[in-house]
Amino acid sequence: MSLIEGKRLSKVYPMGEETVHALRDVSLTIERGEYAAIMGPSGSGKSTLMNLLGCLDSPSDGEFRLNGVEVGEMDDNELADIRNREIGFVFQTFNLLARATALRNVELPLIYAGMAGKARRQRALEVLAQVGLGDRVAHKPNELSGGQRQRVAIARALVNRPSLILADEPTGNLDSKTGIEIMALFEELSRQGNTILVVTHEEEIARYARRVIRIRDGAIAGDEVIWPGKRGQAVDRMERWLSKLPDSPAPTEGEG
Amino acid sequence: MKLRRELSESVRISWAAIGENKLRAALTTLGIVIGVATVSLMGSAIAGLKRTFEDSLSLMGTDVLFVEKFDWISGDWRETRNRRNITLRNARRLKEELTLALAVSVESKSQGDVSYEERSASSVSITGGNESTSLVRGFLLSAGRYFTKADVDGLRPVCVLGFSLAEKLFPYSNPLGRRIKIRGKKFEVVGVLEKLGGFLFEDVDNQVIVPITCLVADMVWNPNVSIGVKTAGAGHLEDARIETRGIMRKIRRLAPNQKDDFAINQQSALMEEFLKTGGAIAAGGLLITGLSLLVGGIGIMNVMFVSVLERTREIGLRKALGARRRTILIQFLLEAVFICLFGGLLGLALAWPAALLLQQAFPATLAWPVVLAALTVSILTGLISGYLPAHRAAKLNPVDALRQE
Repeated sequence: MSLIEGKRLSKVYPMGEETVHALRDVSLTIERGEYAAIMGPSGSGKSTLMNLLGCLDSPSDGEFRLNGVEVGEMDDNELADIRNREIGFVFQTFNLLARATALRNVELPLIYAGMAGKARRQRALEVLAQVGLGDRVAHKPNELSGGQRQRVAIARALVNRPSLILADEPTGNLDSKTGIEIMALFEELSRQGNTILVVTHEEEIARYARRVIRIRDGAIAGDEVIWPGKRGQAVDRMERWLSKLPDSPAPTEGEG
Repeated sequence: MKLRRELSESVRISWAAIGENKLRAALTTLGIVIGVATVSLMGSAIAGLKRTFEDSLSLMGTDVLFVEKFDWISGDWRETRNRRNITLRNARRLKEELTLALAVSVESKSQGDVSYEERSASSVSITGGNESTSLVRGFLLSAGRYFTKADVDGLRPVCVLGFSLAEKLFPYSNPLGRRIKIRGKKFEVVGVLEKLGGFLFEDVDNQVIVPITCLVADMVWNPNVSIGVKTAGAGHLEDARIETRGIMRKIRRLAPNQKDDFAINQQSALMEEFLKTGGAIAAGGLLITGLSLLVGGIGIMNVMFVSVLERTREIGLRKALGARRRTILIQFLLEAVFICLFGGLLGLALAWPAALLLQQAFPATLAWPVVLAALTVSILTGLISGYLPAHRAAKLNPVDALRQE
């Protein structure tokens, strides 16, 4: 059983008099432990696909199974539970609660999962340490750098031990150096066995993944495996950087 | 368990949301503040008035009929002003013929100065009564005795002092046995009444009671008296009323086609009248309160819509992370309820000193039921006005909400 099985997925939006086909008959399978990128220009339907895969939206037509469970027919509340249990979101704009500390931001999915206070705190601290922010737990987002904010967001995505981490342009609001650090973190998470799906329009970023699915005009235009040799200079830099720090990603103090 | 955690999270969020916009919340809740302050003040005034009224009325007794020249409540003035006085002769004959009465009292009022040595009191109410007046009016004596039939029949110059009058004339000494001057005539004090209180009709503590025979002989010729008919209990009141009416018509020689030229009053009718008036006042107050709560509620609804709009992205995020509709709904409902509850508390905080101030002139107390009602009403206002915005927030589509800038 694959983690994601999408069969002939379609999504249609009404737009005034006409209807827009954002996705047409997309079939897609992603295995557990894969690190894939969904790539395409804006308007290609990649966001729509991400929303479907993230259970934020239901397909107009087709079958979508996550972990063997048919998601297509679920109602609002069931989808909320599935998202809470199965999916960790990382957004381009981080989407942290501005007035809450890093710890509380990371605790949020656990609250909705109904976990008790003490265990919740412990788990959140654990994940924050895992992304290298063990000493920043009481900081609010405006006291953190962009890279640190995205790390908090990644910790939040990890905290419920989801089956799938869904990152939407995770480096889009970061400078290239910080972007590399974040991609290095994803690399490490992937090596630990997490399933990661990065949605991007940048070839450079897509090349960090092991598989690139290209979307154009609401359909899959290409699906290729990236061999290690093809992963490009940025990946080499990242590899070198990772080899210097085998255990955990470097702390990122002193960044813009 | 899950619901409890969601609730405590919701409390935290909504509390923080209000904290971010303190001024806005305070301004929004102004309508609620005014509404709650009005309703609680009105409530305490009515409650205080009612209690005083009941106290005053209880002095008259529930088992007593009063035969008098005028109706207590209504009556056409043009018609009643020409009525003949109720005379002592009327009272005597009524007493002779009544079978359902335990006691028949007479009472007539006058006013005048009272003095003892160099102390004096002016405009004191001088009540002429017979030996039954004390029983019918339920007077209790704090010292001495009430006067007897022999005192009345023998025109003995004795008197019973009201509590505050006794204090005024005899601040340091025992008044019993002393001779005071009432309108220049000397009377011996034989008793002092207990403190009665009451404010609506007269200051009953500032009075002196003398045998009505003395009053007639010395001060008032042909007085208009009030006849008190004490029955065996409130249940006998109707029968006694019928009998009294028949006898009075006979005594006053009324032809069958003539209307009564006297009134038979009783306490409960007065109470009913009061409740009617009190109800009208309360209804008016409720209308004002309802209006200000309505305005306040609309204001809160408005602000809640703004609040939902401002936090669309946050709602989207929370839903993406697994918040159910219910969770979001509760979060925003609680925010509205907190704002209203805050307004309610503020309103009470305003009404409380106002009630104390009012107490100086007027018997008003801010009672617990009023406080509870005010808080309940503010919570309800929050729930009602918060529901629509909260519902809109709860059914937001996470994809659209997250896209919002």
